[in-house]
Amino acid sequence: MWTAVAAFLMAWFIAFFRFFLPRTLFEPATSFKIGYPADYGLGVDTKWQQKYRIWVDRTPDRMFVIYARCTHLGCTPDWKPSENKFKCPCHGSGYDSEGVNFEGPAPRPMDRAHVDIAPDGQILVDVSRLYQWPKGQPSRFNDPGAYLPV
Amino acid sequence: MAEENQNGKNGNRVSLLQKVKAGMKEDVQSLKTDLPAKAKEQIEGLKDPTKTQVYTSIFRHKHDDTPRNRALGVLSNVFLHLHPAKINRDAVRYSYTWGMGGITFYLFIVLTFTGVLLMFYYHPSKIQAFRDVLYLEHDVPFGKLLRNMHRWAAHLMVIAVWLHMFRVFLTGSYKKPREFNWNVGVILLVLTLLLSFTGYLLPDDQLGFWAVTVGTNMARATPLLGHEGPFGPLLHMTPYNDVRFGLLGGSIVDANALLRSYIWHCIGIPIVASIFMVVHFWRVRKDGGISGPAPVVLASEVKEARK
Repeated sequence: MWTAVAAFLMAWFIAFFRFFLPRTLFEPATSFKIGYPADYGLGVDTKWQQKYRIWVDRTPDRMFVIYARCTHLGCTPDWKPSENKFKCPCHGSGYDSEGVNFEGPAPRPMDRAHVDIAPDGQILVDVSRLYQWPKGQPSRFNDPGAYLPV
Repeated sequence: MAEENQNGKNGNRVSLLQKVKAGMKEDVQSLKTDLPAKAKEQIEGLKDPTKTQVYTSIFRHKHDDTPRNRALGVLSNVFLHLHPAKINRDAVRYSYTWGMGGITFYLFIVLTFTGVLLMFYYHPSKIQAFRDVLYLEHDVPFGKLLRNMHRWAAHLMVIAVWLHMFRVFLTGSYKKPREFNWNVGVILLVLTLLLSFTGYLLPDDQLGFWAVTVGTNMARATPLLGHEGPFGPLLHMTPYNDVRFGLLGGSIVDANALLRSYIWHCIGIPIVASIFMVVHFWRVRKDGGISGPAPVVLASEVKEARK
């Protein structure tokens, strides 16, 4: 008898917690196209920050997409062109123009999103696949998919 | 009915009529005798309302200024009985208690009252939340006053709770026999902070949004239950099934997070906190009232040790 009561309550207890984890989400798509590689010049481009939370960054030999989330506690840093750095308004983490941390509490460089060339020639970004460089561990930034050679 | 059935369906109508007549006679007779008695009672009641049945059913003790009646006045009232009928005057010195526990409870009541009023105008949705806050601030009569009362009372409550805890610590009031109540108090402190935190997101402004972004990102690092915390990955935690996901109702601070915040803030946590408050206050009484200087024990009250 008591076993049945306990099982009943336990089932409700588990259901209570499962209830808080929805199956379907109505969140922005994680994969999107951002135009052609030729659209971007050297340096940081902030035009997709508001819409997709990314920056497109081009160096002389490669092109990559930085996911605009501070690795400290997840605020969106600001690009400061005059200082050539990203600065997080929440707790002051600073990153260089390639998203590598050099000041403040951030534990690692900002993550980079998976990039690919779509069949129509546009850049296809997937922010659900991120490449990290955790502190003291090998960088994933040179993995295929983390950048586009130019 | 039973008699009627005995006489058959068409029972003796004459006898029925007689019965009714007799009944009416009885009624008239009783009115003749009862009315004067009732009138007398009414007049007596007007002369001295404290003697009426109605009065004594509400106020169950006399008003004479005797220690017994004063104690009864407290004990027989549901609101006042939360207080002890008698108390050591040294125990409630403000220089000793700072009054912080009472102030905290008072602020909780202010917050409940103003919060319920704010709920009449606020919709916890991404489209309307911030607009409703502006509406409250600029157009709703007394809206600005209510919102600011809620805001300042919330800030003050957090401060008062800490000061209350500080006082209890300084006076050593967490020691035996109050260890249990100290723990209840710690839970109430956490609940107060959670109320504060969940209320932070509700205006749906930049300040609250980033505060909750930061706060819930800390939950990523929860041991076992967070996808970036110790042992989290071993338990297959991802951004889509960990404790942060459960708190936000999604992987980002969005509409679900706002609604969850609202429900926890207005219903969930206040109910849980109220239950713990009841226990907290009850334990204060059971543990010997507000802690204070050691109570004086008369020689006559000392019990002999059992042999």
